[in-house]
Amino acid sequence: MSVLILAEHDNKSLKPATLNTVTAALDIHSDVHVLVVGADCQAVADAACNIAGVSKVLVADNAVYEHQLAENVSKLIVEVAGEYSHILAPATTTGKNTLPRVAALLDVAQLSDVIKVEAPDTFVRPIYAGNAIATVKSNDAVKVITVRTTGFDAASSEGGNAVSEPLAHVIESNKSRFVKEQVAQSDRPELTSASVIVSGGRGMGSGENFALLDGVADKLGAAIGASRAAVDAGFVPNDLQVGQTGKTVAPDLYIAIGISGAIQHLAGMKDAKVIVAINKDEEAPIFNVADYGLVADLFDAVPELETSL
Amino acid sequence: MKILVSVKRVIDYNVKVRVKPDNTAVDLTNVKMSMNPFCEIAVEEAVRLKEKGLASEVVVVSVGAKSCQETLRTALALGADRAIQVDAEDGLDSLSVAKLLAKVAQNEAADLIILGKQSIDSDNNQTGQMVAALLDYPQATFASEVVIESGEAQVTREIDGGLQTLLVTLPAVVTTDLRLNEPRFASLPNIMKAKRKPLDVTTPAELGVDVGSNVTVLSVAAPAERSGGVKVASVAELVDKLKNEAKVVS
Repeated sequence: MSVLILAEHDNKSLKPATLNTVTAALDIHSDVHVLVVGADCQAVADAACNIAGVSKVLVADNAVYEHQLAENVSKLIVEVAGEYSHILAPATTTGKNTLPRVAALLDVAQLSDVIKVEAPDTFVRPIYAGNAIATVKSNDAVKVITVRTTGFDAASSEGGNAVSEPLAHVIESNKSRFVKEQVAQSDRPELTSASVIVSGGRGMGSGENFALLDGVADKLGAAIGASRAAVDAGFVPNDLQVGQTGKTVAPDLYIAIGISGAIQHLAGMKDAKVIVAINKDEEAPIFNVADYGLVADLFDAVPELETSL
Repeated sequence: MKILVSVKRVIDYNVKVRVKPDNTAVDLTNVKMSMNPFCEIAVEEAVRLKEKGLASEVVVVSVGAKSCQETLRTALALGADRAIQVDAEDGLDSLSVAKLLAKVAQNEAADLIILGKQSIDSDNNQTGQMVAALLDYPQATFASEVVIESGEAQVTREIDGGLQTLLVTLPAVVTTDLRLNEPRFASLPNIMKAKRKPLDVTTPAELGVDVGSNVTVLSVAAPAERSGGVKVASVAELVDKLKNEAKVVS
């Protein structure tokens, strides 16, 4: 019995989501392998070998895997699946895209967004946008699982000494072609791995006003997020969205500014350690979950917060 | 081009979810049920492709007990041409549903299969990808834009950190994300008209698919409640609490 993890990366660097997934894997079994599929991704493979607790790294490094298309990556995983009792990926858009294909090809179920390992065959996962928590048991020979990274601490990225093994077999993807990618560039930490997040809602009033949050975020080394209302109003791009249909986050500190606290937003951030809400409506539901609530006009409070930090 | 759209009947997204006192499931008695929001977007996209003259027929399919016929009628009122109910117990797992949908897609010779990216009850985000795998079709998940051109679909996908555009050869599977479109409301005349549109019923046995699952739900519990904390009177008090009480700011 061993666990295989599909590494999350961009061919240049290993993404932290992989480290949380390693912790989940180690909760299942001590023999954890990582599969790196990409192009010119040696640096990623090296980083995977250094993760504490990983014993082997499989590397499929070929131009056909540059964009990690689900069609051929899933077939590649199925080829190596025989040795494994569990196949895991972080529940990122890449993991969510690829792993159900693997499960279907193996004729087994997939368990999505697992937040806790109870036993090697029993897992906990949120359903109904986190409004209910299911404990499920799988008798499938291979358990295919996506891991909600906020449910597990990150494994150490150093101290490991895994052996690396190349996978020479190349599987083409001729029915799906990559055209382009627009990835937002930012100096700020990634939303899903940031320890502090400053989020704005509809109360921000406009996209320009989101600049107000920059000063606070700069002082705290925070990522900037947004509610769905702010995204739908066109204030900010949708990759900032925190919530049921956006990103699920669990930072040490979450500062919700001008966010009312709709159920769908709370589903994405209620696991933050400390929640701060600043809103001028004292009846706003966000105050029901906030550790510290400040009833104030954000246009006064946010600049003051920036100067007092 | 023929489009197959799958729809699922789920708890209405505005309803507050309650877990049964015996912790076996979510309580669905006397709860308002509706079409899964992502499925609505799938129906809308298919209907728009037909209105643009790119699709010849839009067939909707739902897997579930008889009550899912309501959801199919809603899809017909939104503009789908024909409906198929696969009569099965509610709550089959994604793989069983994917096998049934794959068989229907084959029987219908669908060129494009559009599904919601996930249902808001089980939150699995699996079925579309599984259908694609079973049929060895390409997939474009989490779509925010679909352009059909000469036997291919150019699909913009919402990925972590931005957008990705793929070109997939038809037949293909597309799953919808929230910003693909804004579904229309069904008009009263269209609701009346939908009652006369064809709705066929088939079964897993007729489709030659064994349904079942190796996964059992041991319990369904309510999440730990987060209780509200304190109100602070000023920014200065807030900063003081964050530094000295919560110790999350240095």
